[in-house]
Amino acid sequence: MTEPDFHFRPHNVGRWMVWSGYALVLLVAPLVFTSGLSQTLLSQMGVAIIACLAYNMLLGQGGMLSFGHAVYSGLGGFLAIHTLNKIGDGTLHLPVSLVPLAGGLAGLFFAALLGFVTTRKSGTTFAMITLGIGELVWSMSLMLPEFFGGEGGVTSNRVVPPATLGITFGPQIQVYYLIALYCFVCTGLMFAFTRTPLGRMLNAVRDNPERVAFIGYDTQRVRWFAFMISGFFAGIAGGLAAINFELATAEVVSAQRSGAYLLFTFLGGSTAFFGPIIGGVLMVLATVVLSQLTKAWLLYLGLAFVLMVMYAPSGVAGLILANLRVAAFGKLRPLWRGYLALAVAGAVALTGASAMVEMLYHLQLNEALGPVMKFGGVMLDAKGATAWVVAAALFVVGAVAFEVARRRFRVRWDEAQGDIEREIKRRAAA
Amino acid sequence: MDQAVINILNGLSSGLLLFMLSSGLTLIFSMMGVLNFAHAGFYMLGAYVGYALSRVVGFWPALLFAPFVVGLLGATFERICLRRVHKFGHVPELLITFGLSYLILEVVQLIWGRAPVAFDPPAVLAQPAFTLVQSAATGLSVVFGQAGADTCAHAVCSTFPATRAFMMLVALLMLLALWLLLKHTRVGLVIQAALTHPEMAEALGHNVPRVFMLVFGAGCALAGLAGVIGGTTFVTEPAMAAAVGSILFVVVVVGGTGSLVGAFVGSLLIGLLQTVPLTVDKSLVDAASAVGWTVAPDGLAYPLMKLTLAQVAPILPYLLLVLILIFRPRGLFGTRDD
Repeated sequence: MTEPDFHFRPHNVGRWMVWSGYALVLLVAPLVFTSGLSQTLLSQMGVAIIACLAYNMLLGQGGMLSFGHAVYSGLGGFLAIHTLNKIGDGTLHLPVSLVPLAGGLAGLFFAALLGFVTTRKSGTTFAMITLGIGELVWSMSLMLPEFFGGEGGVTSNRVVPPATLGITFGPQIQVYYLIALYCFVCTGLMFAFTRTPLGRMLNAVRDNPERVAFIGYDTQRVRWFAFMISGFFAGIAGGLAAINFELATAEVVSAQRSGAYLLFTFLGGSTAFFGPIIGGVLMVLATVVLSQLTKAWLLYLGLAFVLMVMYAPSGVAGLILANLRVAAFGKLRPLWRGYLALAVAGAVALTGASAMVEMLYHLQLNEALGPVMKFGGVMLDAKGATAWVVAAALFVVGAVAFEVARRRFRVRWDEAQGDIEREIKRRAAA
Repeated sequence: MDQAVINILNGLSSGLLLFMLSSGLTLIFSMMGVLNFAHAGFYMLGAYVGYALSRVVGFWPALLFAPFVVGLLGATFERICLRRVHKFGHVPELLITFGLSYLILEVVQLIWGRAPVAFDPPAVLAQPAFTLVQSAATGLSVVFGQAGADTCAHAVCSTFPATRAFMMLVALLMLLALWLLLKHTRVGLVIQAALTHPEMAEALGHNVPRVFMLVFGAGCALAGLAGVIGGTTFVTEPAMAAAVGSILFVVVVVGGTGSLVGAFVGSLLIGLLQTVPLTVDKSLVDAASAVGWTVAPDGLAYPLMKLTLAQVAPILPYLLLVLILIFRPRGLFGTRDD
């Protein structure tokens, strides 16, 4: 029996809808959130999404845990800002909208150069080496002020006359749409990459490198190619950030930035393709908004990360997918009470814990302002016993209630999963 | 000459401090396959716990108890968090210790503040261990403790701090104790067995997860001990973890992952590499002019070549890392080529 020559392939309607929806969100977002702050945030989110997706090409698709990916986005940013300065001088004729590509090529170049060394190893050793390379580049950035601009960094001006089609890149909204366009195209390209033979080989190298080597592929070379492509997209993100801020400092190649890529890509979810998009959004919300609200934001972030690694290793995206599966089988309805109980108990415990943390921080850092501080609209006396007792009581009650709710929820959840498994088997048999 | 001796001794003592850290890291890594990203965090925790204890019970009891407390915290972390993700593989293990490094840093800042704390060595360690006296009349001589002011009035005196000498002493004692423990005791035998053949050791009735917990705790305790000593010698501040953190991984890769001998040699090498070049104020431009070349100041490579060895000293360990990876990927004393 031969295969028929004709295949009926319907349009993948779901995929069309998802991608159109993504484009629509990118288009409409600045029209809904019109304030200056939200435009700045949205621009940074676009950049962070590209960076996290590029990072996930290593972490999620290649199983390579890199502690130094800011090197490629950062060097891309520096090259982009030097290119922008050259355009401003008139020594180089290039539209400003293509400057991120210069950053991407720089990222590609450095990923090819440094990645040749780092991808010789995989697993834990790879992680250590990327950390070392990251430190190397960061130390060099302070040593070579001619290129990196020293402490102050390199500044530039993105408004270069003449304007093309009236686009000067002066107003933030024009920069946002440039970033949104790059974000959409890069997301599409990176999704397409997962469908190429190289993308598939990368997954195979992640899952079973011995077997890949056995059937004749060079695992080191697959990792190296993936590393270069990831470096290219990271460089584009760096170039866009350079245009957005008109500034590149040594901070963009720092270990903190690399750590943030890792942290938020994982929080967003490294197992699903769209996880890093959530991660990028979270990254900007946390580093810009949460850090304004509280000085202890890194503590909350670290806690959230550790809990996520322990209880939900597939990140926010994994949680969404698991619930979508439950919903698809119509089992979500019995669970909503459990979710409500978890949310209420969790919120109570979190309020108590964060009140105590904030009071401690207040005593540490703002001693001069007196012991009274504002916490969520309530005035707390950080030196009085009342506030501490109430906060501790809230925390204990919340934590106990959360544990009870979690155990009940666990039972219901496992029941639902069991039902789904049986349903799948029944359908397969039918 | 006298200054060179002091420099080399400084380098050796830094290297031995690194060894106190890298030995624990290597022990944990070779045994459990877990790269403890928070190891430098435990080092910092050791310094702060030592500081807090020394204000209550004095320095010497604190030197004993602080590693114990840190080891206990490490073992608790292993029991509650690390063991849970062990089944997910090595990447989640690395991730959870990465998250822990954030948490330790933040908790330390929460309790002790962001400014450095005054963790001073006791009086006996606060003075120089010995003084090298270089005088025109009598040549080079060694005086233990602080040399008299009248001696130094006619000669050049270079001192070597007692905290650094103490650091070297403790590290060497630790090396000896570790070696005796691993090679000559029953516990060491079980640890070695669990290291190479965990399933077989478990089948013979040894509680391998508990051995893992003890090894993790012991590794953290060693880091805590290093922290108490490092905290008094250098500055006890929240940045101290980041200062040694990445160097530590360079040591482990250069020495060869999983090799205790490698960790020792790598630590000394990196310690020397970090301190000795700091005193050489010569650059490639100087080297070129010594052999008759002149480098034009407007050349493309000039910014790179005009850097003195003292300026590039911070990147030398990382350059060594790259060179080792190109020419000997398994590290100096590594056995596995993975």
